[in-house]
Order: sequence, then structure tokens, then C-alpha cells
Amino acid sequence: MHLYKYEKIWLIVGGATLALFLLVLGIGAFAMGQHPPSDTETIDPQYVRETAPFDQPGLKQIGENEYELVMVAQAFAFQPADIQIPAGAKVHFIVTSADVIHGLEIANTNVNMMVTPGYISRMTYTFNDPGEYLMLCNEYCGVGHHLMGTRIEVAE
Amino acid sequence: MRRLSLAHLWVSFIALFFGAIAGLLQVLVKKGVLHLPNGIGYYQVLTAHGVLLGLVFTTFFIIGFLISGVGRTTGELSASVLRYGWIGFVLMTLGTVLGTIMILLNQATVLYTFYAPLQASPWFYIALALIVVGSWCSGLAIAAQYWKWRKENKGKISPLFSFMAVVTMLLWFVATLGVAITVLFQFIPWSFGWVETINVLLSRTLFWYFGHPLVYFWLMPTYICWYVVIPKIIGGKIFSDALARLAFILLFILSIPVGFHHQLLESGVSPGWKFFQVILTFAVVVPSLMTAFSIFATFEISSRAQGAGGRLSWLKNLPWGDARFFAPMMGMLFFIPAGAGGIINASFQLNQVVHNTLWVTGHFHLSVATSVALTFFGVAYWLVPHLSGRQRTKELNRLGIIQTILWAVGMTFMSGAMHASGLFGAPRRTDYTTYFDHPVAAGWIPYQTAMAIGGALLFIAILIFLYVMIRLAFFAPKGVEEYPIGEVGEGAEKTPAIFENWKLWIAISAVLIVIAYSIPIFEMLQHAPPGSPGYKFW
Repeated sequence: MHLYKYEKIWLIVGGATLALFLLVLGIGAFAMGQHPPSDTETIDPQYVRETAPFDQPGLKQIGENEYELVMVAQAFAFQPADIQIPAGAKVHFIVTSADVIHGLEIANTNVNMMVTPGYISRMTYTFNDPGEYLMLCNEYCGVGHHLMGTRIEVAE
Repeated sequence: MRRLSLAHLWVSFIALFFGAIAGLLQVLVKKGVLHLPNGIGYYQVLTAHGVLLGLVFTTFFIIGFLISGVGRTTGELSASVLRYGWIGFVLMTLGTVLGTIMILLNQATVLYTFYAPLQASPWFYIALALIVVGSWCSGLAIAAQYWKWRKENKGKISPLFSFMAVVTMLLWFVATLGVAITVLFQFIPWSFGWVETINVLLSRTLFWYFGHPLVYFWLMPTYICWYVVIPKIIGGKIFSDALARLAFILLFILSIPVGFHHQLLESGVSPGWKFFQVILTFAVVVPSLMTAFSIFATFEISSRAQGAGGRLSWLKNLPWGDARFFAPMMGMLFFIPAGAGGIINASFQLNQVVHNTLWVTGHFHLSVATSVALTFFGVAYWLVPHLSGRQRTKELNRLGIIQTILWAVGMTFMSGAMHASGLFGAPRRTDYTTYFDHPVAAGWIPYQTAMAIGGALLFIAILIFLYVMIRLAFFAPKGVEEYPIGEVGEGAEKTPAIFENWKLWIAISAVLIVIAYSIPIFEMLQHAPPGSPGYKFW
């Protein structure tokens, strides 16, 4: 099938741009390990409270300025709430849902992941800038969805 | 044929009216200037908005439009085709009425994506199944008419409109298999209580297997208008019949195995498979690039043929005062930022910045609610009077222009504010909230004002549109309105017969779907956690 000269140029430039974008994403993903949260560990969603580590949600120090934050998302709150984190701390989020699907997002950061019942979601983030952050649920979970949020205080 | 097509259009317009009311209520509630009277919930209204506009308005309009165009290009619809068409219409209408009742009864406040384990009344899922099965009957009717034409015209290339209509309904059929499987085998048994739990991730995956090609089911009829109808309206020719068919075949093949780009941030799917579907998502941009080139080539060629000179002055020669052209043209222009936003959303890691924020809502209000909706409005401005045997008067045409401008301005406000506040973290799908007076959430308030202003303009635009439709259907002077179908330019290449080799395209599509989905779904089943019981959190 015949393509006109300008059309060829248009499609080649367009296709090359898309390929370049994919290359950047691919290098980020496979060479630098920047994958979106894709944990495969499962849990019985009806026994979250009885299953470690979710039987004891909270912030646990595991190294020098490095923490594990074990959280349970449940309609319509995150547990624990009102979290205090020292500035510069590296935090490993370990989250699951005790009921429906939730989304865990911290506004103005790249912390954003789905929390699907039956699965554990993990992500790591370093809080370099002190301030008061807003953690909220960003997947519709019921009539109180817009009230599901909490503060994270990153102190100097 | 006229009655069948008009019946579809009217259901779609009624859905548009109620969906628009829901939309207006939402922006006002979100801004905090309105409290819904006792008993009506924000999320109930949001469910109605999504179902009525995303599923009902679009599907009815598309089927009404396609049936009329297939009739226009292949001759009288046979009796059996009409029968299938009416059966489809009745099933879809029953589904719509049942679904709306369940939403109004507050038995289905699960939003139009109905993610498990939120559990609606089984009748809501049955309503969805009726709409899907009804649309299959309509698809069969369109395919049967096409086959009849092929039989009577052996060796000839089918009319472009009919070919595109068949590709659209074929895409719809393959895509809806996913949602049909999850509704029939997961949601209905679970909501009736025949089984206790549901596999949440599998249901989401089957939903998004359907959810992204759904977008192309909206887009392909839009492209039909751009490829086939617009050239005739501007007094030009179709740039290339063969390229148009190639674009549609590529859309069919590439737009299905891409659903994971809606699930990039969730557990249970390995990143390799997510990335594979991201590659296919980027590939489906190519037929849209082809479309953009063809359409603007048609504009320039026809404008120059009518005597326009200069590098850009041919733009002036286009019929900007004709609502049939102006509305879809605005839709095309809005598709440029909409498409760019779509590429951002699908960009693997980058999705983390925007996922489930208002940015995404802003994105699909540009794509489906502007590019697609404005094109459908543009089609309605000639299709309704064509079917009702009335004239599109100067006054009504002018109202169409005003309506389009209002839509473009309103959407710039609303979608622009959604995009911006989404980047600052404002989540989608939330009732009025200050997050306990959190300072971060306070920063989103000005954008909510802009959204409310935009939403109000959009509502006025819908009222004008519906007023014009009522005039065109019942009160405008009797007359003949043309059904514009473009012809292929003289210099255009001969269309290769391979495009109508349906077995080949279905086979390629099936292979890609199997490659993209079989291993991830196998892993999902193999390592499935215990299922979830249903929750009614509303």
C-alpha cells in the first residue's frame, strides 16, 4: 500500500517518539528497577487482624533512620493514624485491606498504590522534606470514602 | 430503519439529560455549595452519572448511528436484520430501566466500574448483562446486513461506513466477553449468595480487559464521522479508503490486550506483563496518528481544491459556521491534549503520579466527554432531522455552534481544573471534603470552584442541545436533510481485499489476547488468595 511522503515522515516521527518514550520507561523499569508496586504476596482477607504482621500495625524502626510501616486499610480509616516520621527517614510501606479495595496515596509525593483485599502492597519512600503530609484513600470504598485520610508529620 | 435508529437516539438523549443533571449536582456538592436532600447520596448520583453517560448514552447513540449508516450505505435493512435490531433495543432498554431503578433505590451505589467486593443487588448486574446481550443482538443485525451486501455484490469492496461499523461491533463483541464472563460467572452467583466469596483481582482484570476497548468502542464511531462524514460536509473526498480500513483493523487488533495499564499500581500482576501491555498501549497510538494525518490532509486538499492558497489560509476556507463540521472539529482539537494525557497515564512508572487522582477524571472528560461527545452532537445535528424528515434551520444550526462553544469553554474550565488539582494530589470520586481541614486539601478549593463553573456551563450546553434535538425531531419545518457520506478521492489507491479477511484479523487478535493475558491470569488463579465476601458500605 502506498504512503505519501509527508505521511511517511509523520508516522516515522510519531512512531520514533513513541519508541523513545518506551525506551526511557524500559530503562527506568528494567535497568534501574523503578517498577510500579507489583507485590505478589497474598493473605486471607477475612483474617487480616490475626495474621502477622497486620496483627500489630504500626511504625517499626528496622535500621538507622529506616522504618517499616505496617498498615491496615479498612472502611473508612487507615490504621495506624497520625503517624510521625523523622525527616530523611526511609519508610517501607506494607499494607493490606481488611474489607474492600482501597487506594493509598500521599499527596505531593509519589506514594500511590492500590490496596486490594487478599494481596499485600509494598512501596518504599524516603521523606526528605519535613512537613505535614496528607495520606488519603483514592479508590472509592463506600459512603465514607472522602473521610478516609490521615496526617503524616515529618519532623526535623 | 428510521424508527429503529431514532428509538436508540431518544434513549441516549434521555440518558444524557439525567446523566447531565447528576453531573451538575456533583460539581455543586463537591464545591460545597449544595447539600443533597435527605436520602440521596453523592456516590449514588455519581453511579448514575457514570452508568447513564458512560454506558447508556454512548452505547445507544453508537448503535443508532451505526444502524442508520449501514442502512444508508448497503440499502434497505432486511426484515430479519430489523427484528434483531429491535430485540437488541428492547433488551438494552430493559437493562437500562432496571439498572436505573436499582441505582435510585440505592441498591447499587458501586459506581459504574462496580469493583468487587463492594456488592450491589444482583438485579444491577443482571441489568448490565441485559445491556450487553442486547448490544450483541444489534451487532448481529449490523453484521448480517453487511454479509447480505457482500453476497449480493461478490468481488466488490464493501462501503467504508459499513466496514467500519462491522469492525466496531466486532471489537465490542470481543471486548464485552470479559465483562460478560465476570458478571455471569462471578458477580451474579456471588450477589445472589450462591457462592460466598469472589476472586477480586480476577474480576478487576476481566473488567479492564473490557474497560479499555470500551474506550475504543466510543472512539471508532467518532472516527467514522471524521473519516466518512466530515469529508462530504466540507465538500471534499475521503483521503484514502485503504488507510482508513488499515487504521480500523489496527484499532481492533491492538486496543484489547492493553487493560493492565489501568492496573499498573496493583499487586498480583508481575511488572513484566504490565510492561508488555504498556508497549501494546503505545502501539495503539499509531492508528490514531494515521487518523490525524488523513483527516487534516482531507481538510487541506479540499480547501485548496476550492481555491484556497497560502500556507495556512486554507484553514479559513473550512465551514466553521456549520455545526455539523464545527462540533466534531472542536472534538478533534481537544483530542490532541486528550491523547497526550493518555500516553502519560499509560507510562508505567509515571502512572504513579496521576493514578486515581482527578487528573484521570480530567483526562476522560477530554477524550470521551469532549472528543467523542462533541462529535456525536455534530452527528445528531444532521442525523435527527434526516431521520425525522425535517430541516436543520439556520437558527438551529446557530444554536449548535453556540452549544459547541459553551462545551469547549466549560470543559476547558472543568477538565483543566481537574488535571491541575490531580497533579497536586486531589483524588477522584470524592464527596465534599476538607480532610479534617488539612492544609494540603485547602489548596484544592480554587480548582473546585473552576470545576463548578465549568460544570454549570456544560449543563447549559446540554440543555441547548436537547432543545435543538426536540425542535429537529418534532417542530422544525418539514424537509430533507442530507445523510453525508464521503466518496473516495480519484487519485486514491485501490483498496486491497485483504481488509475483509475477517478470519485473519480475528485470529491475530485472539493470538495477541492469549499472549497478553493467559500467563498473568493463570498466575492469578494459581496463586489466588482466599476470596472476599460482599460488602455494602453505602
